[in-house]
Amino acid sequence: MSGKRSDYTRPLDIAHGLVDMAHGSGGRAMAQLIGELFARHLGNEWLAQGDDGAVLPAPAAGRLVMATDCHVVSPLFFPGGDIGCLSVHGTINDVAVMGARPLWLSAGFILEEGFNLADLARIVQSMAAAAEAAGVPVVAGDTKVVERGKGDGVFITTTGVGVVPPGRELSGRRARPGDVILVSGTLGDHGMAIMAERESLGFESPIVSDTAALHGLIETMLAGGADIHVLRDPTRGGLATTLNEIAGQSGVGMMLDEKALPVTQAVAAACEFLGLDPLYVANEGKLVAICAQDDADRLLRTMRAHPLGVAAAIVGTVHADDHHFVQMTTAFGGRRIVDWLSGEQLPRIC
Amino acid sequence: MKYIEEFRDGALARQLAGAITREADRGRSYHLMEFCGGHTHAISRYGLKDMLPASVNMIHGPGCPVCVLPVGRVDQAIRLALDAGVMLCTYGDCLRVPASDGLSLLKARARGGDIRMVYSSADAVVLAQKNPDKQVVFFAIGFETTTPPTAVAIRQAAALGLKNFSVLCCHVLTPSAIASILESPEVRRWGTVPLDGFIGPAHVSTVIGSRPYEFFAEEYRKPVVIAGFEPLDVMQAIRMLIRQVNDGRAEVENEFSRAVDRDGNLKAQQLVAEVFELRKNFEWRGLHVLPYSALRIRGTFAEFDAERRFSLDYRPVPDHKACECGAILRGVKRPQDCNIFATVCTPEHPVGSCMVSSEGACAAHYTYGRYRDAA
Repeated sequence: MSGKRSDYTRPLDIAHGLVDMAHGSGGRAMAQLIGELFARHLGNEWLAQGDDGAVLPAPAAGRLVMATDCHVVSPLFFPGGDIGCLSVHGTINDVAVMGARPLWLSAGFILEEGFNLADLARIVQSMAAAAEAAGVPVVAGDTKVVERGKGDGVFITTTGVGVVPPGRELSGRRARPGDVILVSGTLGDHGMAIMAERESLGFESPIVSDTAALHGLIETMLAGGADIHVLRDPTRGGLATTLNEIAGQSGVGMMLDEKALPVTQAVAAACEFLGLDPLYVANEGKLVAICAQDDADRLLRTMRAHPLGVAAAIVGTVHADDHHFVQMTTAFGGRRIVDWLSGEQLPRIC
Repeated sequence: MKYIEEFRDGALARQLAGAITREADRGRSYHLMEFCGGHTHAISRYGLKDMLPASVNMIHGPGCPVCVLPVGRVDQAIRLALDAGVMLCTYGDCLRVPASDGLSLLKARARGGDIRMVYSSADAVVLAQKNPDKQVVFFAIGFETTTPPTAVAIRQAAALGLKNFSVLCCHVLTPSAIASILESPEVRRWGTVPLDGFIGPAHVSTVIGSRPYEFFAEEYRKPVVIAGFEPLDVMQAIRMLIRQVNDGRAEVENEFSRAVDRDGNLKAQQLVAEVFELRKNFEWRGLHVLPYSALRIRGTFAEFDAERRFSLDYRPVPDHKACECGAILRGVKRPQDCNIFATVCTPEHPVGSCMVSSEGACAAHYTYGRYRDAA
C-alpha cells in the first residue's frame, strides 16, 4: 500500500452551482469547470492534447477557409434550439457557403458571474450534440468570466476551419445578369421564433427556429453539377440584406417575385402583428443560391430532395443595373425596392 | 391570415386599377393627398403607383406623427433625460428624430441618458411603478389615435397616486393640419399645389369619426374619402375620389366603414376631453405655429404634466437649411426635389424628420420607390 492518498476534489455542483469569478481565474476551479463540463461533453483527441493550441493535420489539397461568428442571442433557449447549437451551426454554415468542407471548430465562452451551471451544461451538451451530428469537432476553446452585470449569461464565439476542394469557386462577386436566385426554404423562422419568445406572444403553435448545419445540403448541391456562382446564408438582416450585399459585390441588380417567396403562415402572421417584414428577419438554417439560368431547375430538384431543402424555391433573377438595386414585383402587382435594412429591426437574435 | 390577404389580393387590384384607368378623365389630371403616413407606406410598399394611370398623382400629406414633431420638442425630451436625469420613455420611431447639436434621443442614450423604448403608454406607467426612486416621463406624440391611451395612462397614474410619473404631451389634431394645408397660400391663393381631394385617415377616424371632415368638404369644396390602410382600401378610395371629382361633388365618403362611423368612439373622445384641453398655439414641423392644433394636460391633472413639473420652456429651432421637409409635408415639393435627398439625408443619417419613420414621405420613397428616379 502506497502512503499517497489520491486527490479528492468535490465535484462541481452542476444542478445548483453558479459561475463565480474563480471559474475564469486560471486556477483549480477553472481547470475543474473545463474538465467536468467542457471536456466531458465536447471531448475529442485534439481537445485532449491539453496544450495551448490544437495541432491538426494539414489538408492534402485545396484551399483553407476560416470563419468566425460571435453569438449573443437573448433568450439563450428558444423553440428549436439554444445558443449552444446555434454557435455550432452558424460557423459551420459560414465555412460551408464558401464551398468548403468544415473540419474543425474552436469555441470561446464569456460567462457572467452568477450564471447557472445547469444552464451552462445544457448549452455545452447542445453544442456537443450539434458538433457530433455535423461531424465537426470542437478542437480548441477558452473561457473567461466577467462580473455580474457585465455580460448577459453567456456569449459564445466560434471559429471554423474548412477546406475547399480544387475547382470550386464560390463568391458573392460572381452573380451575373441572367442568373437565377433560389432559397432553400421558408424565410424568417429563426428571427420570429426569438421575437415571439421575447415578446411572450404565446402563439398556439410556437414558431420554431430553423437553426441547422447546411454543409450536407451544400455538398449535395455542389455534387449535383449545377453551375452555382454564389452561396450565402441569410442570417441577420434576412434575405433582403444578403441580396443587397451580393448585388453590390457583383455589381448587378436583382428582381424578386413576392409570390414565390416561401414564408409559413405563422411567421407571416407574427410579422404582420409586429409590423415586420419577413424579408428582413434572420434565418439560421437557410441559404441563398445564385446559379446559371440553365441549371436552376435541376438545382431546385436537388435541393428539394434533401431534408433541409424541401421547401426550396426559385425566387428571382439577376439583371444588369448600375444602381445595384434589389427590387421586387409585389404580390399586389406593383414594384418596389427591397432596400438594405435600416437601423435595427429586431433586438439581439443570434 | 384571414381578413388581411383579402385586402391585398392582386387580381382584385388589377380589376380596380382597370376601373380607375377607365373612369379617369383623360383630359385632366387628379392630385390627391393621402393624409396619413399609413397610406403613404401602403402606397410605397405595395407599389401602387405602378398600377395607377399617369394622370393620378398622389401627394404625401403630413399625417406621420414623428414627421410633424418639431426639433424644439425633441430637445425638451433630451434635456429631461440628460439634464434632469429622468427616465424618458417613448415610442420607437421617436428615438431617431434628429434634434439640436447633432443629437437624437438614441444618441442621448449613448451619452448616458436613461431613455427607454415602450410599445404603449401603459408600459411607461409600469416602469414608474417599478422605479419609485426615479422620475419617469412619457414623451407622448401622435394624432388622435395615440391620444386616448395617453389619457388612460394619466388617469391610471392618478388612481395609483404615482408621484414619479408625468407626460410630455405633444399630441396634435388632424383637422388642424388639414385646415392649414387648405389655407396655405400655395393651395388657396397661388394654386401652385393643385389639390383635388383627400384620402382621409383610417385609425384617427375610428376615434374622431367622419363628421369632422364634413367642414372641409363643404367649406373648401374638397372631397374626402376615409380609407383603411390596406392597399385595396387605398385603391378603392382613389376610385371614389375620382368619381367625386368627375361628378363635381365634394362630400365625405367612408370606404373604411368596417371600422369608422360618423360619430367615432365617443368613450375615447370623452376620456380625451376629461384629461386634455386645447393649446392656444403649437409649433408643427413644416406647418409652422398653428393655433388650437394640439393638446395640453388639464389643470386637474397638472401634477402629471412634465412641462409644469420640470418648468420646461419651449425654444423653437429652425430646420436644417437644405432640408425641404416643411415643403414636402405641405405637398409643395416631392422628396426627390430636395437637394439632400438620398445623398446627405438617408434613413441611416436622417437630416429631416420625413426620413425617420418608415411612414415619412422621404423614407418611403427612399426605401421603396427611388428606382423610378434612376430610370
